Amino acid sequence: MDLQGYGQLLLSGLWVTIQLALASVFFGLIIGLCGATARLSSSPVARAIATTYTTVVRGIPELLLVLTLYFGGSQLLMWIASLFGYDEYIDVGQFAAAVAALAIAFGAYSTEVFRMAMMDLPKGQWESAQAMGMTPLKTFVRIIMPQVWRLAIPGLGNLFQVLLKDTALVSVVGLNELMRQASVGAANTKQPFDFYLAAALLYLLLTVVTTLLTGYLERRSKPELRGSRA
Amino acid sequence: MSWEWGVIWEYFPRLLQGAWLTMELVAVSGLLGLLLAVPLALMRASANPAINAFPYAYIFFFRGTPLLVQIFLIYYGASQFDAVKESFLWPILREPYWCAIIAFSMNTAAYTAELIRAAIQAIPKGEIEVSLALGMSKLTMIRRIILPRAAGIVLPGYSNEVLLMLKSSALASTITLLDLTGMARTIIARTYTPLEMFFAAGMVYLAIAAVMILIFRLLERRLNRYQFAKRPA
Repeated sequence: MDLQGYGQLLLSGLWVTIQLALASVFFGLIIGLCGATARLSSSPVARAIATTYTTVVRGIPELLLVLTLYFGGSQLLMWIASLFGYDEYIDVGQFAAAVAALAIAFGAYSTEVFRMAMMDLPKGQWESAQAMGMTPLKTFVRIIMPQVWRLAIPGLGNLFQVLLKDTALVSVVGLNELMRQASVGAANTKQPFDFYLAAALLYLLLTVVTTLLTGYLERRSKPELRGSRA
Repeated sequence: MSWEWGVIWEYFPRLLQGAWLTMELVAVSGLLGLLLAVPLALMRASANPAINAFPYAYIFFFRGTPLLVQIFLIYYGASQFDAVKESFLWPILREPYWCAIIAFSMNTAAYTAELIRAAIQAIPKGEIEVSLALGMSKLTMIRRIILPRAAGIVLPGYSNEVLLMLKSSALASTITLLDLTGMARTIIARTYTPLEMFFAAGMVYLAIAAVMILIFRLLERRLNRYQFAKRPA
């Protein structure tokens, strides 16, 4: 495989892909936590909003989401801003639109993962925290989160791999990530197979690293498995 | 924000044309993928490393790389080799339609093979032992016991995979096909109403997904009817 000096370009694309994935997972996790809390809340309005969100986003293609936010993101944001009385032009950058689309998709799936994990926790945990005089927020941060985290890691790991692969969709709107740079190299050298194969191998590398990392986090989160090796 | 319902109504028939291609792509590559997945899963479930190495590598590659890369490898990549261009395969690999079908089938085969393998390994061991004790040959056992049992177990997971495939079929629009997403993009290029058209396309996707979920639910009732049988009072 001869990349004719375009290897550097691919690596710069790889770096953008990693940044894209990390930024999206950060916002996606926040959305997911809020979503799961809303789905399990006692307010029917919050439940309805969260259920609609996960059903709709999980039912439409990620590519459609990326395209919508890229071509309509400014329009959408200006409409929301106008509700608050702000009428200036707002420009949504490429990177921001991409992160928003990927985070919204990741958030919908992680809402379900967090919801399952929260439902797995015995109700007594909430009740005893309350009996100790903790506020609901404190209970959530100190008692619930650390345990939910542990239960959610395998599911979140899978979702992160899906997210990594979905970052390739962003190339369609021209952000300079790995897939886009591979297309540039392919067009300039007339060797599309070599470049797309190189991109595929780099994605595989990312997948393998993520798998190892998730496995490590999963082992760390289960002290009972670590004990025997001490 | 100006929202024009009129544009949606005017172009809705065109969108439905795109939806038809989307469904066609999902149905054809779903069937081809299933045909490919069964032997892969049987090989993958084997304990012999010489047999399970190939499906392992195949599944690893197709599950570890983005579908978009796979589509581009086939559609753009194939033209790099003169040997391919002169072969009988070129009339097929030149067409975006067939490239999309090939990429989708190979991709879904990898995911489906893993599902089927898990189902095969979830069949209670006793059932395999009984069929061996009855003197069935390996082939008869696969045909009469393993595959029918695996089909029932795999169905809920497989319906998920088909829904994911419906969503990934939107990638066909990246190689000039006018599927639902591709059609929406073409219309937007003319009318410049991205939010309206993408909204309409999204709703059509949701409708297709809802119908698919319904069909799979009916299929599950039929295939796993022992689980739905009413207990005698």
